[in-house]
Amino acid sequence: MSDESTRFDRLPATPADSESDDRPTREGVLEYWSDRFGVDPVTFEGYTFWERGSGKIWAFADAFDLDSPVDIEGLGMSFLRTRREHWKPTTDAAQRFGRAADACVIDLSADEAAAFMAGHDQEIPWDGDWGYLIVTHELAGRTEPIGVGLYLHGELRSQIPKGRRREF
Amino acid sequence: MDVLSRYEPLVEDFAAFEAACERPLPSVVRVNTIKADADAARAALAESGVDAEPIAWHDGLFEIDGQPGANWPYAHGWLHGQEEVSVLPALALDPEPGDRVWDACAAPGSKTTQLAALMDDRGLVVATDNNLGRISALRSNTERLGATSVAVTHEDARNHSLKPFGGDPYDRALVDVPCSCEGTVRKNPSTLEDWTMEHVTGIAGVQKGVLERAIQATREAEPSSTRPVRSPPRRTRRYSTTSSTPPTPASSSSTSRWIAVPASPSGKASGTTTASNAQSGYTPTSTTRAGSSVRSWR
Ligand SMILES: C[S@@+](CC[C@H](N)C(=O)[O-])C[C@H]1O[C@@H](n2cnc3c(N)ncnc32)[C@H](O)[C@@H]1O
Repeated sequence: MSDESTRFDRLPATPADSESDDRPTREGVLEYWSDRFGVDPVTFEGYTFWERGSGKIWAFADAFDLDSPVDIEGLGMSFLRTRREHWKPTTDAAQRFGRAADACVIDLSADEAAAFMAGHDQEIPWDGDWGYLIVTHELAGRTEPIGVGLYLHGELRSQIPKGRRREF
Repeated sequence: MDVLSRYEPLVEDFAAFEAACERPLPSVVRVNTIKADADAARAALAESGVDAEPIAWHDGLFEIDGQPGANWPYAHGWLHGQEEVSVLPALALDPEPGDRVWDACAAPGSKTTQLAALMDDRGLVVATDNNLGRISALRSNTERLGATSVAVTHEDARNHSLKPFGGDPYDRALVDVPCSCEGTVRKNPSTLEDWTMEHVTGIAGVQKGVLERAIQATREAEPSSTRPVRSPPRRTRRYSTTSSTPPTPASSSSTSRWIAVPASPSGKASGTTTASNAQSGYTPTSTTRAGSSVRSWR
């Protein structure tokens, strides 16, 4: 058995629907993506959000409006970490939904992108907010999100998970 | 024992078949249309310095030089390494956006993610496997490819529960059962060394059990009289790829390769023969269950 919980609880719609004050809500998730990355909440119409374990939020294209809780191994994709004070999108969420972002997005040159994908931290100038950024580069004429970086003290720290890093 | 000689009665030019089994498998990628289209993927492969030849019979398949995983479009989940023939079953199942689909033996998810892509990632694909290690590969594939309509269950497919999904039956099911693996010989030449008849007979029971569960869990086609006149027929189709053991000793030299089930085709009475098996030239050998037919084509 994996040590992960297999129980998925659907996020309450708003704080008023929530039994506890610190549980994330759908409203909070949509606000976060909109306030931080400028992603229009419309992007997530048709998706429901589910918490697996504490603070691990999954996004599911919920065509059949499943009843909560669901006891299975996976429901859509892991999407957001809300356990710490600063929430953090997953690499997969940044890739899947990051095209709709227009704030806190840092676009890298080819060499910088390769170093980021390999998991390296780099000193890169950036005059926007510190914290988690969506990292993009040019591929086949598009601006394509690679994943999430943590920008702190003049440095962009790659958050690409170990198993996904590649040296090109 | 020469394992492949069992295929001799089935294959017209056996020497050519044996020669084919010795040719190494080319490296093929499928474009993941959830994230990119064939043109973008091709351009990205070229930018990454990877030679890619389009495969003629299907848009979005490329034969490439080297490993599928070592380039930018792969890292973005635009591509998935998948054998050419492994692309066929999902195309035959032909799911539509909004369908409920069961992928009964799903890991590592090549066909699961292809099904989700064929459905524009809308609807529900339930991906089941009984092996947790392989489920973790399945999960990382669905996530890298950005498939958000997939639910993953860890269970024996023979006892699959519809409960987490509200209890409604599926529109379609794909049954890609575990098998004796002769078909993987081009990828894995040593596979024939481990081959035993006992394994074949043992696994055949599992195959049958999973297929039976898939039949139960898939809804019947709607009778034509209840369909609005101009809407196309809704068919329940179940598609299974398997090599199973023959039912009687008399036919023990033959191996069924495909079990495909068009149930209640075109609103005809259930269990009738369909055009597809006439086209295929195979002979149906068995029919099971009220209202749905299982044909094992030899
Ligand atoms: C041929 S592979 C599936 C390949 C997969 N459909 C794909 O396209 O990537 C067969 C799978 O069946 C799984 N399996 C074997 N017995 C099973 C059972 N009783 N219930 C569910 N899955 C089973 C194995 O773990 C294996 O992953």
